Amino acid sequence: MNISNELPEKVTTIRQVDKVVVRFSGDSGDGMQLTGMQFTDTAALAGNDTTTFPDYPSEIRAPVGTVAGVSGFQVHFGSTEIYTAGDSFDVIVAMNAAALKVDMPRLKKGGIIIANLQGFDKKNLALAEYPDGVNPLEDSSLENYIVHKVDITKLTKECLAGSGLGMKEIDRSKNMFVLGLLLWMFDKTLDNTIQFIQDKFSKKPEIADANIKVLKAGFNYGESAEIFTTQFKIAPARLPSGTYRNITGNHAAAIGLVAASEKSGLPLFLGSYPITPATDILHDLSKYKGNGVKTFQAEDEIAAICSSIGASYTGSLAVTTTSGPGMSLKTEALGLAAMLELPLVVIDVQRGGPSTGLPTKTEQSDLLMAMHGRHGEAPLPVLAASSPSDCFETVYEACKIAVEHMTPVIVLSDGYIANGSEPWRFPKDEDLASIKVNFLKEANGENGKVLPYKRDENLVRPWIKAGTKNLEHRIGGLEKENDTGNVSYEAKNHEKMTKLRAEKVKRIQSFIPPAKIDNGNERAKLLVLGWGSTYGAIKTAVKESIDEGFDVAHIHLRYINPLPKNLGWLLFGFEKVLIPEMNSGQLLQLIRAEFLIPATGFSKVQGLPFTTAEIKERIIRMS
Amino acid sequence: METLSLDTNEKLNPKDFSSGMEVKWCPGCGDYSILKQVQTIFPDLGIEKEKFVFISGIGCSSRFTYYMDTYGIHSIHGRAAAIASGVKAANPDLDVWIVSGDGDAFSIGGNHFIHLMRKNFDVNYLVFNNQIYSLTKGQYSPTSERGKITKSSPYGSIEEPFNPSELALGAKASFVSRTLDREPKHMQTMLKRAHAHKGTSFVEVYQNCPVFNDGTFFPFSDKETKKEEALFLENGKPLIFGNNEDKGIRLDGLKPVVVDLNSNGFSASDLWIHDENDKTKANLISRFFDAEFNDTFPRPFGVIYAEERPVYEEDMQHQIEEIKTKKGKISLNKILSGDKTWNIL
Ligand SMILES: Cc1ncc(C[n+]2csc(CCOP(=O)(O)OP(=O)(O)O)c2C)c(N)n1
Ligand code: SF4
Ligand SMILES: [Mg+2]
Repeated sequence: MNISNELPEKVTTIRQVDKVVVRFSGDSGDGMQLTGMQFTDTAALAGNDTTTFPDYPSEIRAPVGTVAGVSGFQVHFGSTEIYTAGDSFDVIVAMNAAALKVDMPRLKKGGIIIANLQGFDKKNLALAEYPDGVNPLEDSSLENYIVHKVDITKLTKECLAGSGLGMKEIDRSKNMFVLGLLLWMFDKTLDNTIQFIQDKFSKKPEIADANIKVLKAGFNYGESAEIFTTQFKIAPARLPSGTYRNITGNHAAAIGLVAASEKSGLPLFLGSYPITPATDILHDLSKYKGNGVKTFQAEDEIAAICSSIGASYTGSLAVTTTSGPGMSLKTEALGLAAMLELPLVVIDVQRGGPSTGLPTKTEQSDLLMAMHGRHGEAPLPVLAASSPSDCFETVYEACKIAVEHMTPVIVLSDGYIANGSEPWRFPKDEDLASIKVNFLKEANGENGKVLPYKRDENLVRPWIKAGTKNLEHRIGGLEKENDTGNVSYEAKNHEKMTKLRAEKVKRIQSFIPPAKIDNGNERAKLLVLGWGSTYGAIKTAVKESIDEGFDVAHIHLRYINPLPKNLGWLLFGFEKVLIPEMNSGQLLQLIRAEFLIPATGFSKVQGLPFTTAEIKERIIRMS
Repeated sequence: METLSLDTNEKLNPKDFSSGMEVKWCPGCGDYSILKQVQTIFPDLGIEKEKFVFISGIGCSSRFTYYMDTYGIHSIHGRAAAIASGVKAANPDLDVWIVSGDGDAFSIGGNHFIHLMRKNFDVNYLVFNNQIYSLTKGQYSPTSERGKITKSSPYGSIEEPFNPSELALGAKASFVSRTLDREPKHMQTMLKRAHAHKGTSFVEVYQNCPVFNDGTFFPFSDKETKKEEALFLENGKPLIFGNNEDKGIRLDGLKPVVVDLNSNGFSASDLWIHDENDKTKANLISRFFDAEFNDTFPRPFGVIYAEERPVYEEDMQHQIEEIKTKKGKISLNKILSGDKTWNIL
């Protein structure tokens, strides 16, 4: 029997789902990046596979409430393997009207919207440029979606009434309400976030307490509020067994450098000048002073690479990190480094260009610059990372090649994988390949003569640490004689040296792994050939296409110069080759030129990664 | 009877610093003198030979590196200071010398020049100032005077030149000096002082280019004019010059004035006493170059300014040591795992 003055018990249904994309969106100041990262951490700790995509405006504080100021964090998590941040969203958290406006086009039919009510007041609607009198939360435009209007601002305020905190601080903690609510919705625990808050505010316990209180309030709101009737459960993913951590591409690159330094026994020197989206590598490395890492914030990118060249001459593992505009500034010095034949690692975290372009957006448009962007003929090894965690391996490989082959090496990453994250089954110290360093200890010529350009069977010259007794020698940008390194203007000698330097790089082919099929088989009709950060989208698209019966395979390149030895042979086996790139067809040009095959390009230059659907659609069209 | 010498640290001689490469400067080029003075004083510096590193840019001057039997990089135009920063930061034990020209240092390399001064690595920076781009066969440089006729300024340069010592002081240089190719002894003293100074030592060397800018500095070294035109600074000594050492400079408030020591009743004790550590005075001395002083004031040579302040590579090293003791080295496995991990069975 119903007793009329008692509230009916709330009934919550629990649905099992295998993957979900959540988009946290708000003003730059709403703390959506942190909320998204914390949510991701918790999902990962619960065993889900995850991929994230932080998507933020280039202005630090674009006008509040406007479309230009929207900062988004997208997380794709699931009980199956996840390779992309997801094409469209299952859930949008919209802290204001502008956020909803930006994200709506990519919300799945029937998707969930959690709207912060006060972000849809008259002022915010006007800032988001909705026509006068139009409020999407109140008209019928969202009929086909599940909309939860929550007065997050007010609920946060009520929760912290009497806490003694100022209005500003109270308002700032409303993202914890959102986080609590979302954690409830996806049936996750609060423990990890509580720990995080306690660590972060260990010196300000009153702030920590307030944040935890709001977090719990958000969670409890989900549990008790009538409007939330469904919880989603995502089982742990069946990932290969092992110990995992979450990692972004930039952090992976930074620790890849530290690892290479530790394994080679070489001191690490980074010369760098801040530039989005590469700066975090400089930030990260600056923290490893206890491991003897030297970071030098130079006056510009030219000084950054030049200081690294100087450090390399003294026997350091020398690195410079940048993005496209900085890469342009480094080109003259890269020519010098190629000419000196000193080890050097150059990391270019690409962004939309030319010029300042789309500084916070992603692109793969520096490939041809990496390949050819130097005066004179100065071929260099070029490697590209394919995912956040792959930045570690690629950078580590680059260090190994640079040191073992006495050459500058260029690593291409990009904004998508640099800031994006994924779980990583990280290696142990002892799993890492050794890096052989052979400094010249005594004169290598007759009568105590030093021959700085005497080459070994791989055409590699000796590395001579400045400061070594009896090995004084000069190196320089002028053309030189082989062996002695003495300046030579002799015509034939220049041709010989040009060829030697190129051949040295070419011979690295014998030290890199062969290209292999990632998915599909060697006799498929269509090959999708990719490089760099398009890996996840291509992999998912090819996998799904194969499952649907299409005859397609996927090869992904880490080594772009030199290309793997067997690549030509593999390519000739396919009827058609499709090359998707976030540029107008740069690998396409290289592949066509190298192998004379009629490969087809697929470009996207919108500052955004490919969606799986876009690639799949191409596969189907070409099949 | 022969005795075995136990002294393995045999003193080097200037020849030991010659690389044996054919020196290819034009006959009469002032660069020869600089090379000679450097090779002359190097054995006296008490540094192991393998510790010396020369970094140069591009220009006639920058060929210097090839002629020294030391470590060295003949690099690219304007970037020597940046490369040297990396050398010194990575290995503070090395004795680093930068060789550059007026174009190399103040034009294309201007940014690196000022930042090196500010950062104060313990390196020596020699700029061979011939007030011309010589290697490219004679264009005006950032130190060429207004009105200068060159191939790229056939009707006269319309540019105001840099005053290198003023520029260096403005960039917070901790050691500013000037010498000239035709004063070997003075140059040797400056080179030794520069080497002894801890911090970036800027030595501007007036260098004659007989081919593209002959005689520019002769008034400062020719017997007939030198005494009137040049002022050789000595720390703690009054500023005296003139054919009969009969002129002095005194300070009238903050205004330097030239006084006649014979008339007017001024004596040496009324004059400005050179104090290398006084930046205000150093700024004034550096400005004897300017138009308002140029006619009546002599050109100063010597150590204009010297100041002890922290050097970059030491601070860098200290910070590393401090963090090492405070936080310790993080094991590679810990770096790889980060703070938060989870297991999948
Ligand atoms: C990037 C670059 N730009 C221009 C040049 C051409 N260049 C070589 S030396 C030089 C000027 C040299 O003048 P300075 O530095 O005064 O040296 P000097 O030859 O007078 O000793 C120029 C313009 C170059 N080598 N590299
Ligand atoms: S051109 Fe001038 S500076 Fe160059 S070597 Fe000849 S004389 Fe010396
Ligand atoms: Mg010059």
